[in-house]
Amino acid sequence: MIQYKNAGDRALVVEFENEISEKVNQKVQDMAAAVESCSVKGIEEVVPAYRSLLIFYNPLIISGSHLKQTLIDLAGNIESSVVHRTVVVEIPTLYGGDFGPDLEYVAQYNGLSRETVIKVHSEREYLIYMLGFTPGFPYLGGLAEEIATPRLEVPRTKTPAGSVGIAGSQTGIYPIQSPGGWRIIGKTPLKLFDPNRSQPFLLKAGEYLKFIPIDQKEYEEIEHLVAAGKFEVMRKEIIGADKNDHV
Amino acid sequence: MTMFRIINAGPLSTVQDLGIKGYLKYGMPSAGAMDLFSFRTANILVGNLEGDAAIEFTFQGPEIELEADTVIAVTGGRCNPCLDSFPIPMWQSVFAKKGSIINCGIVGEGFRGYIAFAGGLDVPKVLGSRSTYLKAAVGGFKGRKLAVADELKVNSPHNLDNLAGCLLPKELIPSFDTEQELRVILGPQDDLFFQSSIEVFLNSIYEITPQSDRMGYRLKGPIIKHKNGADIITDGIPLGAIQVPGEGQPIIMLSDKQATGGYAKVATVISTDLNKVAQLKPGDNIRFRSVTLEEAHKALDRQEKVINNIKALFNESRQRKVRQLKFRIANEDYFVTVEEIG
Repeated sequence: MIQYKNAGDRALVVEFENEISEKVNQKVQDMAAAVESCSVKGIEEVVPAYRSLLIFYNPLIISGSHLKQTLIDLAGNIESSVVHRTVVVEIPTLYGGDFGPDLEYVAQYNGLSRETVIKVHSEREYLIYMLGFTPGFPYLGGLAEEIATPRLEVPRTKTPAGSVGIAGSQTGIYPIQSPGGWRIIGKTPLKLFDPNRSQPFLLKAGEYLKFIPIDQKEYEEIEHLVAAGKFEVMRKEIIGADKNDHV
Repeated sequence: MTMFRIINAGPLSTVQDLGIKGYLKYGMPSAGAMDLFSFRTANILVGNLEGDAAIEFTFQGPEIELEADTVIAVTGGRCNPCLDSFPIPMWQSVFAKKGSIINCGIVGEGFRGYIAFAGGLDVPKVLGSRSTYLKAAVGGFKGRKLAVADELKVNSPHNLDNLAGCLLPKELIPSFDTEQELRVILGPQDDLFFQSSIEVFLNSIYEITPQSDRMGYRLKGPIIKHKNGADIITDGIPLGAIQVPGEGQPIIMLSDKQATGGYAKVATVISTDLNKVAQLKPGDNIRFRSVTLEEAHKALDRQEKVINNIKALFNESRQRKVRQLKFRIANEDYFVTVEEIG
């Protein structure tokens, strides 16, 4: 059952089932794509989240009731027509050492070797459910329970941009330097957010990402290429009604 | 291309425009001017586009030295702007000569002021906007608040002639009371609160705490209780959303808010009343009143009519030949706009 609710006088929120799952999130992504590609005047921008889509509109151009009807019509036409096409973005990551000061703790806490933590963390493809919290921050799904680790008791005042961390059963990457309590296990030389790049944000909601372990030398090479604007991020396209089809 | 230099920046002066558009889905906050009515009016009064960049100042305005002739307008919370120590009116376009010093002074009523320059501030666009987003050090002037000795550029205005002397009639100037009624639309998660708590929320006075900034205003007052905890599955946050974390005290989310959040939102302040919020400061009081979407949109229509009136006033004013004079009679300073009619 889809619900349409006012979120103030300039936005409307479309809510799907109240759960975090790839299935529900797919509906959000489909709806977001449908709204963004429709040519209805007065729709300003959309914010896809785990199970809801926030749609901003200009009431001077389109009334709230007209917009709601438009959305109901759009939602009705989605299900059968969408072929799911998405990408897996590869995130080269240097695990451990100075860049991943908590790798040892995560390993000890879970009774695993550091190598096993790296292997488990980097073998999965994580769905980017949504972006938010800080510019370009991906909310990722599906961390393996065997490496889940509670947050730091005392958060760090500064965690560098690019840090890869674990918080409970979540994993993520810090796009900008910020305070935070995540257990930092590595760092990527890629920039998730660079306002001066033609594509300022590396990731998009609905894509998948995969961490690729690299060594110090590779890290430096990639960092150098990124600084020069010459690094080509690997994006592997996958097509299918269900992402698992391609595995 | 003209320039001015900051002599004293005040506690929080930033370059802002209408905000960053289209990047919320990437988690990018919109930033932008907090009191958009005052901001847009300042630009219109100096012949700019509504969305040109101007300075937003907080509590105390900047003191600046002009290195070229310009026309300025100061709007927003009531302060005492001076041109070379001579008081000048707010809500009016004023000609200022190269070498002169503008000092906006303390904001005595309200909290935020705006100073627009004919031509608009010339800072690089980032993500399509000239707004400063302080947390990520993005946009505006070097991604930060203005500081002493900063030198800012202003785009060349087409023509300064007849630009000065456009003033807003008194009845169009907002009042800046320390207690405001804010109209809200309930939801989107009002169903997660006890009905009795919604009544409390709508019938109580909430005070703005010192933990308030461009990101959000934290309020203190009677507790608003959730039926089953404060957490929701994280979703998008509209401007003006009133989040209620577990402790039951509301937070109004403002221009620098993050794009998404995980607390239940009891209501959303309507867009026209966000201008009022922007002019409240810690210690001031708020009451909330629930309105329908239709009422909110009527209020927005009225506001846009006022903005269109101001644009018409500006165009009319441009047709007139006015001169601005300052003089002193019996130790009292006067600033008058004189129109030649013969």
